[in-house]
Amino acid sequence: MFEVSKDEIRYRPRPSPLPAWRAWSSRYHTYLLAPLTLIGMVALWAWLVEWRAYPPFILPSPALVWRKFLSMAAGSLWLHVGVTLMEIALGLVIGLSAAFVLGYLLGKHRSLERIAAPYIVASQSIPVVAIAPLIVIWMGSGLVSKVAVTALITFFPTLVATIVGVRSVDPDLRDLMRSLRATRGQMFWKLELPAALPMILGGLKLSATLAVVGAVVGEFMGATAGLGYLINLGRGVLDTPMIFVAIFMLVLIAQALYVAVLWLEARLLHWQR
Amino acid sequence: MAVFVAEQISKRFVDGPRPLQALLPVSFEVEAGEIVCLVGPSGSGKSTLLRIMGGLIEPDSGAMWFEGELHHAPNTAIGFVFQKTNLMPWRTVLQNVLLPIEIQHKKVTDADRAHAEALLATMGLKEFEHAYPRQLSGGMNQRVVLARTLMQRPRLLLMDEPFGQLDALTRERLNLELLRLQAAQKITIFMVTHSIPEAVLLADRIFVLSERPGRLIAQVAVSLPRPRTLAMMGAPAFGEIAMQVRRWIGETPDFDDSTQNSRAVETLD
Repeated sequence: MFEVSKDEIRYRPRPSPLPAWRAWSSRYHTYLLAPLTLIGMVALWAWLVEWRAYPPFILPSPALVWRKFLSMAAGSLWLHVGVTLMEIALGLVIGLSAAFVLGYLLGKHRSLERIAAPYIVASQSIPVVAIAPLIVIWMGSGLVSKVAVTALITFFPTLVATIVGVRSVDPDLRDLMRSLRATRGQMFWKLELPAALPMILGGLKLSATLAVVGAVVGEFMGATAGLGYLINLGRGVLDTPMIFVAIFMLVLIAQALYVAVLWLEARLLHWQR
Repeated sequence: MAVFVAEQISKRFVDGPRPLQALLPVSFEVEAGEIVCLVGPSGSGKSTLLRIMGGLIEPDSGAMWFEGELHHAPNTAIGFVFQKTNLMPWRTVLQNVLLPIEIQHKKVTDADRAHAEALLATMGLKEFEHAYPRQLSGGMNQRVVLARTLMQRPRLLLMDEPFGQLDALTRERLNLELLRLQAAQKITIFMVTHSIPEAVLLADRIFVLSERPGRLIAQVAVSLPRPRTLAMMGAPAFGEIAMQVRRWIGETPDFDDSTQNSRAVETLD
């Protein structure tokens, strides 16, 4: 029978003990530091407005922005949030699907990548803001053009991550699967996908936050609703508090998307920690 | 009865910067239930031969028969243990061991799970079923690989320096365990190794491959009794066989002038 000796079990060195306050802060600072920083920054902002006595259209006070938020929340704010969310969601679905499929193909076939790479790089060297007007001309100023801009901007990070991920599959594991006579489908579901997942999720993190940028850029090109539209509207009538509210909503959406990817990572990559 | 027959197998790699003759035509037979160890200088095409035998790469010439049937593609009755531990890091030990069943039968039954657990228990890995490979040592992981390979109930086991990356002590112990397992399950083993003493300890016959391009220059019978023990390594017969193998490797043409030899091969076109 096989026996495992004690010395065969690998011990990972434990971190050396920290002083008491360091131990405390290392345990709790992740939970406390973020809210504390936020409170500090809002306080600084309030004090700045007070001190320099800026008029609200230059820099509104936090209290004024909060009141504006409450009045907008009672009105059409959630409609605009919903429109932007819809654009982001559709853009992500389309952009990411395209990135997965193309990334997998390009990752598997080097010759294909050699053909496609120059065009992909070229498309990325142009800022999306520069292409957005073209997209509006071609697709109109409705939902479709916003979704297209969002899809375009989310596409690239996940594409590159997928290519790198598919390339990173251990050739020894490929041999193993071949020696077991795995089918193409099994090769994909049981080897390629799980092996590439850490990289893909890394790309997804970038794409998720860029999606917000895409939707706003799309809305700037002409829209009748959405948070980007609110910002444009606020600029036109010098309603700076409204601009602030819209920006904060965008920040919240981006944060939520980022946290969602982190959650996915924790669920799918628990074997890494 | 010969479980595996190779006839005039050769391989030449043409993808590299220069074409490389890895293997000159090689012929041999492996009997059922025997252990054959393949030794030879590095670069002599040992791994290439093993991968051809496993159906992972195609030979340029020749034919092979496994259990009397023409053999040219991977066969699940042939198990593979590579030098590098190739476990899936995202699967637990138990899930890794069950992989061959998932691939072959699509579904894992309770009986399969019990079989896997029993195999892990014989490997001394009972408490580690739900650990991830990252959490185990090299020796333990290579045992998981062995358990996974046994899970597919192979009749021929191809091993490429299976314990090559382990320390000498672990390696010795695993070799003895392997011998016991082989005797109990009557598996045929064809193993590539760098170590002549290891080959003598394990094998019924030792195949010697020459310097590149590999040719089969000798088949040395190991007449030591079974079960083998580490104590036998001190016996005069053990030393004699080891010396005999060493002499064969030494008698390879141009062994001392290998650079010139390989250059001569590479310009052969």
